[in-house]
Amino acid sequence: MTSSSGAPAIEVRDLVVTNGEVTAVRGVSFSIPQGGRMGLVGESGSGKSMTALALMGLLPMGWSTRGEVLHDGVDLAKLSDKALSSRRGRTLSMVFQDPLSSLNPVRRVGDQISWVIRHHTGVDKRTAEHQAIAMMTQMTLPRPESLMRAYPHEISGGQRQRIMIAMALACYPQLIIADEPTTALDVTVQKQVLRLLNAAVSERGSALLMITHDLPIIAAMCDTVAVMYAGRIVEMGPVRQVFRHPRHHYTRGLLDSQPTMDNFALDGTSRLVSIPGMVPPLHALPDGCGFNPRCPAASDRCRTIMPELTGDTLKSACWHPIARVDEVAAQ
Amino acid sequence: MAIYVLRKLAFFLGAVFVASVAIFLLIRAAGGNVAAILLGKDATAEAINALSHTYGLDRPLPVQYYDWLVKMAQGDLGQSFRTKEMVSELVTERLGVSIPLALSGLLLGILIAIPVGTYAARNVGKLSGAVLALISQIGIAVPVFWAGILLSVLFGVRLGWLPTGGWTDWSQSWVGAIRSLVLPVLSLGLIMAAVLIRYVRSAVLDVMNQDYVRTARAVGMTRTQALLNVGLRNASLPIVTIIGLQVAELIGGTVIIEMVFSLPGLSRMILANVAAREVIVVQSTVMLIIVFVIAVNFLVDLLYGILDPRIRNAT
Repeated sequence: MTSSSGAPAIEVRDLVVTNGEVTAVRGVSFSIPQGGRMGLVGESGSGKSMTALALMGLLPMGWSTRGEVLHDGVDLAKLSDKALSSRRGRTLSMVFQDPLSSLNPVRRVGDQISWVIRHHTGVDKRTAEHQAIAMMTQMTLPRPESLMRAYPHEISGGQRQRIMIAMALACYPQLIIADEPTTALDVTVQKQVLRLLNAAVSERGSALLMITHDLPIIAAMCDTVAVMYAGRIVEMGPVRQVFRHPRHHYTRGLLDSQPTMDNFALDGTSRLVSIPGMVPPLHALPDGCGFNPRCPAASDRCRTIMPELTGDTLKSACWHPIARVDEVAAQ
Repeated sequence: MAIYVLRKLAFFLGAVFVASVAIFLLIRAAGGNVAAILLGKDATAEAINALSHTYGLDRPLPVQYYDWLVKMAQGDLGQSFRTKEMVSELVTERLGVSIPLALSGLLLGILIAIPVGTYAARNVGKLSGAVLALISQIGIAVPVFWAGILLSVLFGVRLGWLPTGGWTDWSQSWVGAIRSLVLPVLSLGLIMAAVLIRYVRSAVLDVMNQDYVRTARAVGMTRTQALLNVGLRNASLPIVTIIGLQVAELIGGTVIIEMVFSLPGLSRMILANVAAREVIVVQSTVMLIIVFVIAVNFLVDLLYGILDPRIRNAT
């Protein structure tokens, strides 16, 4: 809210996340404009969560970053834990995957929300509590006044995640990072939580970085998407373009492995395609393109030289990109 | 919470009951005839029978047990066979030494262990953390009497700051009483701390990797704030459990410390009475100590309920 208009909500340049032995993120760059929404997809181990934690300065012990993370006029990657802590929860915040383990089990949920408000705005306890109740009301939590006094284990998973979102959004951050916010929830409440998150983000004009392996969620909530594989962004662009006409074989594979009513069956008649092989472990990344061992189009060049992310609106990092419809027509 | 307290109270009473039956029967099973033990091996059969009758030892065991329990509950711990002193009076006098010794030792141990253990956890993988872990390891290996002797040599003999042993009663001079307790408390506290530091360290390490500590940082706490405000509160649960378990250890420590520093405490009194075959005194005082240990663990359970809402509300 305080930043100069025009500057992106976040701009990441050549982010590297490493613990000295293995490198989880290998040179990632992207930017999200004010109010923009970007999805970050990829399998487990692709580095998407480490990217998010690096932006927040919340990497586990022993991990460090290189590169720039520009946000609100500063490079977050250069800030001390103390300087960064005054921004976390205020100008950028994060919603985690498992709301049960992510909330403090021994404090009442109301206290946890009002603490954030008091900490960052300095208002008195009563005001903070009123604001917390307002937040909970916005999250359509039932009887917020009494729910304030509940402990995390006493409420449902969907309610816990809404509490988590209320905490993250309480101070109207410029950027919200949501790391698989619905994965741990029952299918029946996933949609409701996403709808509430969506509405609250819109209302605040915050930018959103949505991390998930659930492609329909990205399609419904984001304008752009970045596909990560083995610590790098392999394809990035407007959601429609990426999902309709992917250039990278990994993106194609991801899209083809989404189960639908029509292609999904377990009896051998399934037309659902899965990508052969597995995500390479960080300590044994292949030379060249990280995807080459699993790629149908891999050539010798793919096995030796790493392709860079190139393109205009749709960028992809592939030596043999899938031909666009117009290119096919022209041939 | 009320249900939780009642359940724990029932547990407490049950444990006291089982312990009392065990002590009552053990002493009888080990020594055979109580009157014979008291009188020694040269006693005539008539003398033994006469004494059995005066002490009611010829009655059925359940009746004797019931009688003992009722008297204990009324504060009557029986009488010394040889000196005819009331055990309750002896005990009260000795508690003035043993309770301050045990509680201060425990408190000192906790006050050292929590900050040091937390610091060690915070600096895991660094030299300072490793050094602390090593010191604590050495502390565990040092027997409590050896710590006492070393401290006594240093502060008592070399520096002459504090008495090397002996006891000045509270009624004579409370400064003197405190002075005679400093070294014993220090020995006991340091040894307690050495054990507790390891548990505090691992509890804090465990908590530091929890998601909720990360969340606390994600909403604006620094690493240190999250550790102190969120981490320690959650780590206190396992720490409190260990402290409860260490209380039995602590009592064992007081026995040795009272010997090393010639303090007229309860533990030494029990030892002396065991040697003098004062069955009745031993039975009552040991029971008293067991009740104390069980009571401490009852309090620990209550504290657990206060600290953790998940336990408090569990049915």
